[in-house]
Amino acid sequence: MAGRRTLRLAAIGTAAGLFSGLFGVGGGVLIVPLLVLWCGFGERLATGTSLAAIVIIAAAATAVHGVYGNVHLREGLLVGLPAVAGVLLGTELQQRISSRAISLIFAALLAVVAIALLAGL
Amino acid sequence: MIEAVLIGLVAGVVAGLLGVGGGALFVPALTIGLGLSQLDAEATSLLAIIPVALVGAARQRSHGNVDLRTGVVLGVVAVAGAVAGVAIANAVPERGLEVGFGLFLLFVAGRLVRRDLRGDRGSGAEVGQGAGERHV
Repeated sequence: MAGRRTLRLAAIGTAAGLFSGLFGVGGGVLIVPLLVLWCGFGERLATGTSLAAIVIIAAAATAVHGVYGNVHLREGLLVGLPAVAGVLLGTELQQRISSRAISLIFAALLAVVAIALLAGL
Repeated sequence: MIEAVLIGLVAGVVAGLLGVGGGALFVPALTIGLGLSQLDAEATSLLAIIPVALVGAARQRSHGNVDLRTGVVLGVVAVAGAVAGVAIANAVPERGLEVGFGLFLLFVAGRLVRRDLRGDRGSGAEVGQGAGERHV
């Protein structure tokens, strides 16, 4: 069992990393649903664990981009600081809704991202 | 400027609610709102994601919703995957990647919805997901 679980985690991590490297995002859009569907995580546990993984992914990617001089500190803070306030709000909001609601909202997010990709936006 | 701040706030709410980084919203906020190029916006978005994910993970941990060991394993494996992803992005037509990932995400969304509608979610799902499953 432990072996299969490790394989699944490796597959999820690789897929999230590929997605992140290919499209310049954090990879949470893959980590959350795959933890739920493949590893039996509850929605809240999947989202919290995803955020922990994203800290590492984003830090590594920012370091690489920083070497090439693509990172703008001032602009990053300008969107990042209000987002920190937002994430506090979003996290508390999430504790008050059902797991099923989280899952359905997530499915809607996936559909939007998928359509944007398919439409080439 | 003001739209960048507002989109940042919304991106943070989505990040906390759904456990994603918020990059999909940061990038347009940085290109449209602050006039960065696409590449610089993607790089800067990743910087903005760090404090958001850190604070979100810390809050979720206080609610008992973080499997730290799994998160670290996923993060480290994903860094290797990301390096491969950049290499693949340079070798394969971008349109094919977009269509492939788009279809995969639609498939995953369908699986989530079907599971929600059938109601076979398992009783452990509501209460922090039984510890037994997590540490198998």
